[in-house]
Amino acid sequence: MSVIRGRVWKYGDDVNTDVIFAGKYTYTINDPAEMAKHALEDLDPRFVKEVKPNDIIVAGKNWGCGSSREQAATCLKENGLGAIIAKSFARIHYRNCLNTALPVLTCPEAVDVIQDKEMVELDLAAGEIRCGAGTFRFPPLPETVMGIFEAGGLIAYTRKKLAAR
Amino acid sequence: MGQTFAEKILAEKAGLAKTVPGQIVEISPDIALSHDNTAAIRGIFEKMGGVKVFNPKVHAIILDHATPAPTTEHAENHRIVREFVQEQGVEHFFDVGRGVCHQVLVEEGLALPGEVVLGSDSHTTHAGVMGAFGAGIGRSEMASIWALGELWLRVPESLKIIVHGKLSPSVTAKDLALHIIGELGSDGGLYMSVEWHGEAIEALDLSQQAVLPNITAEMGAKNSYIPPDQKVFSFLKDRSNRQYEPVYPDPDASYTKIVEYDASTIVPVIACPHTVDNVKPLSEIAGLHIDQAFLGTCTNGRLEDLGAAAAVLKGRRIAPGTRMIVIPASSEVYLDALRAGYIETFVAAGAMVQSPGCGPCMGNHMGIPAVGEVIISSANRNFQGRMGTRESEVYLASPEVVAASAVAGAIIHPRYLQEGRG
Ligand code: SF4
Repeated sequence: MSVIRGRVWKYGDDVNTDVIFAGKYTYTINDPAEMAKHALEDLDPRFVKEVKPNDIIVAGKNWGCGSSREQAATCLKENGLGAIIAKSFARIHYRNCLNTALPVLTCPEAVDVIQDKEMVELDLAAGEIRCGAGTFRFPPLPETVMGIFEAGGLIAYTRKKLAAR
Repeated sequence: MGQTFAEKILAEKAGLAKTVPGQIVEISPDIALSHDNTAAIRGIFEKMGGVKVFNPKVHAIILDHATPAPTTEHAENHRIVREFVQEQGVEHFFDVGRGVCHQVLVEEGLALPGEVVLGSDSHTTHAGVMGAFGAGIGRSEMASIWALGELWLRVPESLKIIVHGKLSPSVTAKDLALHIIGELGSDGGLYMSVEWHGEAIEALDLSQQAVLPNITAEMGAKNSYIPPDQKVFSFLKDRSNRQYEPVYPDPDASYTKIVEYDASTIVPVIACPHTVDNVKPLSEIAGLHIDQAFLGTCTNGRLEDLGAAAAVLKGRRIAPGTRMIVIPASSEVYLDALRAGYIETFVAAGAMVQSPGCGPCMGNHMGIPAVGEVIISSANRNFQGRMGTRESEVYLASPEVVAASAVAGAIIHPRYLQEGRG
C-alpha cells in the first residue's frame, strides 16, 4: 500500500460532502457497496462508471467541506480510490478518510501542475508524489497512519494492535 | 525559523525537535474528555476488543448534555456511563449537576497550559483559554485513545488574530468573536490553529477570554489558543496539583494568515439564523420580537456573564409574552451567583433558573422552542433545529443583550432600555 499508482480525476475548490455523497441517501443506504454507486453523483456522473482501483482524486482547496457524514469517505474508499491529493481538506472529512484507510495528502504545489487523467505515483512511506511535471515532497506518514491503512481502518487497526499487546 | 503554538506543542508531545503544518504526528493526550457520549464510545471500545482502558487517569468524564435525565433512555445512558467509570476506575468523573464539560474541565484544573486535551465534543477548543491545545475528535478516535493511549494528529496551519486597542464598554468578547467569525466566515479558520494576540485580548478577564477559544470552533478551527499569563497561573494555583509548563509561540513563527483588528471599531453584534457567521450589527435587528431568552452554556454561562445579565435585570421584569431561562455553566458558578445575589435577581425578574448543564443548547430539554418561535441565546450555535425545533429561529448575542431583550420582549441593547426600573 506504500506506493499507489493511478489515473487522476481532477476537481476544483470547495467540493462538499453533499456532492460526494448526497444527504438524501444518508438514512436510506447503509451498505458500503450500495454507497459506492452514488459517489460524486452530483459532481461527475462518469466517476463511478469509469473509476479504476488506485485512481487518484486531485482537488483544490477545502475538499470535503460541509456535513461531517462518514459515508463521504466510505463511498470513495469502496470505489477502490487510491488517494486524494488536495490543496486543503475540511477537517472532519480529512480524519474520516484516514480513519477509513483512504490516504489523503495536502500538496498545493502538486495540485497546481497535475493534469486531469495523467498517471501519478504516490509513495506514502517516502513522502513523494511523482507526476509528469516532476516530483513533489510531503512529510512521510508515520507508522500509526500506515498501520491504519494496512489494517483497513482505525477500528480494525486498534483491534489488531490491542490483541497484539 | 520559529514555530507557532501548535507546531511547538505537537513537536514536544511527539518527542520531535520541530514539526511543520501538514505533518502527521502521534501523541498521547494529557486529558481525554467525553460526556454523555461515553456510553456510545464504550460500545465502539468493546468492538475494538477493549476491556481495560489504557490509562484511567487521563479520562475526564462529565455528564452534562441531558442532565438531569429527561427520559428513561437518557437515564439508562447515564447509568451505563457510571458503570463504566466504576469498572475502569476513572479518576476524573463528574456526575449530573456539576456543569458543562468545558467549564468543569477548567474549574477542576484539568486543562493546563502546555497540555493537550482531546475531547469527543466540537467545542473542546475551549481548553485554549488555559493555554492548552484543545481539539475535538470523533467517537471511534476516542475509543482508540481509550484502547491504545494515543492518536494521530495533523499539525495544523496557524492563523494569528491580533486585536489592538481597547473594546468600548458596551462591547463584549462575544461581540468581538462574532464580528470576526462574520468576517472570516464559518470556514475562516478551517483546520487551523487560531491564536489570539494583542492588548485588547490581554485586557479581557478569564471569563471573557474563554468565549474566544470556545466559539472559534464555529470558524472550523482545530484548536484555539490564548497565550497564558499571570491570570491563568493565579487561577490554577489552588485548582491543580499537577506540574505544567506553558508553551508560547516563537516571535518569528510563520503563520498562514495574520489578521488584525482595531478593538475600538467593534460594535455590538448578533448572529442571525441559521449560521454563526450570519452576523449583523445589533442595531439592524433591534426591535424583533422574541419568545424566549436563554442565558447559559459553555460560551457564556459563567459568573461574570450572569453578573452582567443580573445588572440589567435588577429591579426589572421579563416582558409579558417572553420567557427567560438561566442555566449556570457549573455548580461552582451557581453557588457564586447565589452568594452574589444574582439568582435572586433572576427569579424576582421572572426568569427560570435551572440546574447546571447544557440545558436546551442542543435541543435536549429544558426550554425547547415551539414552532415559529424566536429565541435569543448566549450560546455558540444557531443552526436550524439546533434547539430542538426545526421551525424556530435562534439569534446569538452577549449575556447583557440576552437579558435586555428579555426585559423588552424584543431584541435590544441594554443601553436603550428605558430608565425607570420596576
Ligand atoms: S453548552 Fe452547548 S455548546 Fe457547550 S458543550 Fe453543551 S451542548 Fe455543546
